[in-house]
Amino acid sequence: MSKILIRGAKVLGGEPQDVLIDGETIAAIGTGLSGGEGGPGADGDAPATVIDAEGRMVLLPGLVDLHTHLREPGREDSETVLTGTRAAAVGGYTAVHAMANTFPVADTAGVVEQVWRLGKESGYCDVQPVGAVTVGLEGKQLAELGAMADSAAQVRVFSDDGKCVDDAVIMRRALEYVKAFDGVVAQHAQEPRLTEGAQMNEGTVSGELGLTGWPAVAEESIIARDILLAAHVGSRVHICHLSTAGSVELVRWAKSKGWDVTAEVTPHHLLLTDELVRTYNPVYKVNPPLRTEADVLALREALADGTIDCVATDHAPHPHEDKDCEWAAAAMGMVGLETALSVVQHTMVDTGLLDWAGVADRMSARPAVIGRLAGHGRPLAAGEPANLVLLDPAYRGVVNPAGFASRSRNTPYEGRELPGRVFATFLRGQATVMDGKLT
Amino acid sequence: MKRHLISAADLSRDDALLVLDTAEEMARVADRPIKKLPTLRGRTVVNLFFEDSTRTRISFEAAAKRLSADVINFSAKGSSVSKGESLKDTALTLEAMGADAVVIRHGSSGAPHRLATSGWINGSVVNAGDGTHEHPTQALLDAFTMRRHLSGVGRDLEGRRITIVGDILHSRVARSNVLLLNTLGAHVTLVAPPTLLPIGVEQWPCEVSYDLDAVLARTDALMMLRVQSERMNAAFFPTEREYTRRYGLDGLRMAVLPEHAIVMHPGPMNRGMEITAEVADSPRCTVVEQVANGVSTRMAVLYLLLGGSEPAIATTSATAVPVATAPANGATTAARTEESK
Ligand SMILES: [Zn+2]
Repeated sequence: MSKILIRGAKVLGGEPQDVLIDGETIAAIGTGLSGGEGGPGADGDAPATVIDAEGRMVLLPGLVDLHTHLREPGREDSETVLTGTRAAAVGGYTAVHAMANTFPVADTAGVVEQVWRLGKESGYCDVQPVGAVTVGLEGKQLAELGAMADSAAQVRVFSDDGKCVDDAVIMRRALEYVKAFDGVVAQHAQEPRLTEGAQMNEGTVSGELGLTGWPAVAEESIIARDILLAAHVGSRVHICHLSTAGSVELVRWAKSKGWDVTAEVTPHHLLLTDELVRTYNPVYKVNPPLRTEADVLALREALADGTIDCVATDHAPHPHEDKDCEWAAAAMGMVGLETALSVVQHTMVDTGLLDWAGVADRMSARPAVIGRLAGHGRPLAAGEPANLVLLDPAYRGVVNPAGFASRSRNTPYEGRELPGRVFATFLRGQATVMDGKLT
Repeated sequence: MKRHLISAADLSRDDALLVLDTAEEMARVADRPIKKLPTLRGRTVVNLFFEDSTRTRISFEAAAKRLSADVINFSAKGSSVSKGESLKDTALTLEAMGADAVVIRHGSSGAPHRLATSGWINGSVVNAGDGTHEHPTQALLDAFTMRRHLSGVGRDLEGRRITIVGDILHSRVARSNVLLLNTLGAHVTLVAPPTLLPIGVEQWPCEVSYDLDAVLARTDALMMLRVQSERMNAAFFPTEREYTRRYGLDGLRMAVLPEHAIVMHPGPMNRGMEITAEVADSPRCTVVEQVANGVSTRMAVLYLLLGGSEPAIATTSATAVPVATAPANGATTAARTEESK
């Protein structure tokens, strides 16, 4: 493998530096690098590829997503491991956690190994399968968590995402059981009785639109319970797609107690509000639902101060016909891998809430730690694996889903101008994206 | 007027008065021996009903036929719709049939909005009730009825006190009425147990009370909404008996109303639940009148959305009644002005 020299990149948003990649690792970071540093490459001293970052582009560790729906096996009409990982690479990701709500459900060592293997074959980013907490996501009987942990996929994150583990005893047992292999239960917090038939956030807008409300308390009551359960059994719990100001308060309180509670927020909950539902356009239908402006601001603040640990996309591809219908009949979810970094730049960086080092922490380092994912989310230093994303924050573009690498187009940002563009993504030194295009 | 009627909020005060005044013209036609006008000859109105509602469908059907439109009834029951055909494919079928207006009743809130804004059809969309969202022609016929009793033809409802009682949470009638009555200057009070009021109702342009007896004496029109007893199973109220005791209208409560006050109901009534037979059959109850007014109001809506330049009432007939409040030409000019906004 030959060397790659990136000239004049703002490493973690700092002063421009040169970064030399040799094989699968970062060989050197400094100024005035020639490419000869760290010994000759496979084809001589000079790097085969030189990328000019023009003192403008920002270099971050490759992004890590804790929450991706790759849909394979079972719903290959909306996404496959291959198309999903291509979309991830375009978005600057080098690792994604594939959610377990596939058909069949990823509740056995066999299914998680299948997904893991498909990820290896794709070559666009690492795929770390998430295992189901309960058999068939039914919430009744624990899945063979140990077998999935011991499998080739080495599952550490377990989630019934899409469904809430609402039975308090099952949740307690799961939290206890995963301690044996340093696992974590990622909870989709949604009290089922309070959300029967729910269509959107319960508030002023739902009242006017006559759509069944999805109260914040349905999320917060489960989070409060699970925080207390995790503390009681001394395990760690991760809160998926936290969406309300009240949930932020609960997680902040848990952290102040020193309990091992982590949380993620999606890009769309950092930007969009339930006012958009007035269009009745199902592209805005998502679980958990879009909330209010006050919630959005609380989520941004919590991500900035670290109460919320990371950004996770909840990339949820759906075929066109599942959104080309009336609101109640439409599927819930949005694609997000290819727009996440732009939305985070728009809502967190351009607003001054987070610097690029902070973005690296929230979108790479912390999710990698929560997922116990080796080789990702590492510091940018010589000797570290060359999982990198080079982005151009000055770029301005209008989101055009026709150009997506994902098989699905259900983005809420169509036609919206968003800042920033991924120029290149490197997975262990190999460019998966160059000049914004898949290699 | 806008091209579609999806929400009562689509109507400005002038739009609403134009519809009500036009409906008065239409009502006069109903009194003539020949009840038909040639106005919409050659135009096609489709009644697209995804939910069973015979009374609303026949009201729209009568309205369209009296304007000489061709009427196609497309009911979900026993059709491809119930076999999983999407709203989109149904819409494309109607478009191919050349529907000039689609009157849609749908169980899911927002379906008419979706039909009007998704580019599936070119015709006008009239919301005939969507989920728990809106039912704007019901609000128009209610306002028409109130105006006749409380303020007079040609006027708005400035200062009139309207009380709406019952299952506000699930009522499209209540939502449309609150919006339209507010536009027309009325003071609206909603009365319901707290469980049957939506979150955020305090931001609606109306007042809210949990106590029916407290508002009866200052009510000019009392609208009783149908309450489904199945709501009891979801714990919205403990028993039918308790609901009736606290929120039902009987003769004793009716006696507290001011002498001029009317009692309204969108139908079908649940006798013994929200309204007793004594009240339902009393001369103060306008429920039958509302049905007749529904046809006139829906004629006015279809005429204004589709009629374009022709006057509502053919002037070739020597016996044609001149328009009382504004000439028909004036009415259509107003319609066009609004359209261009
Ligand atoms: Zn989820």
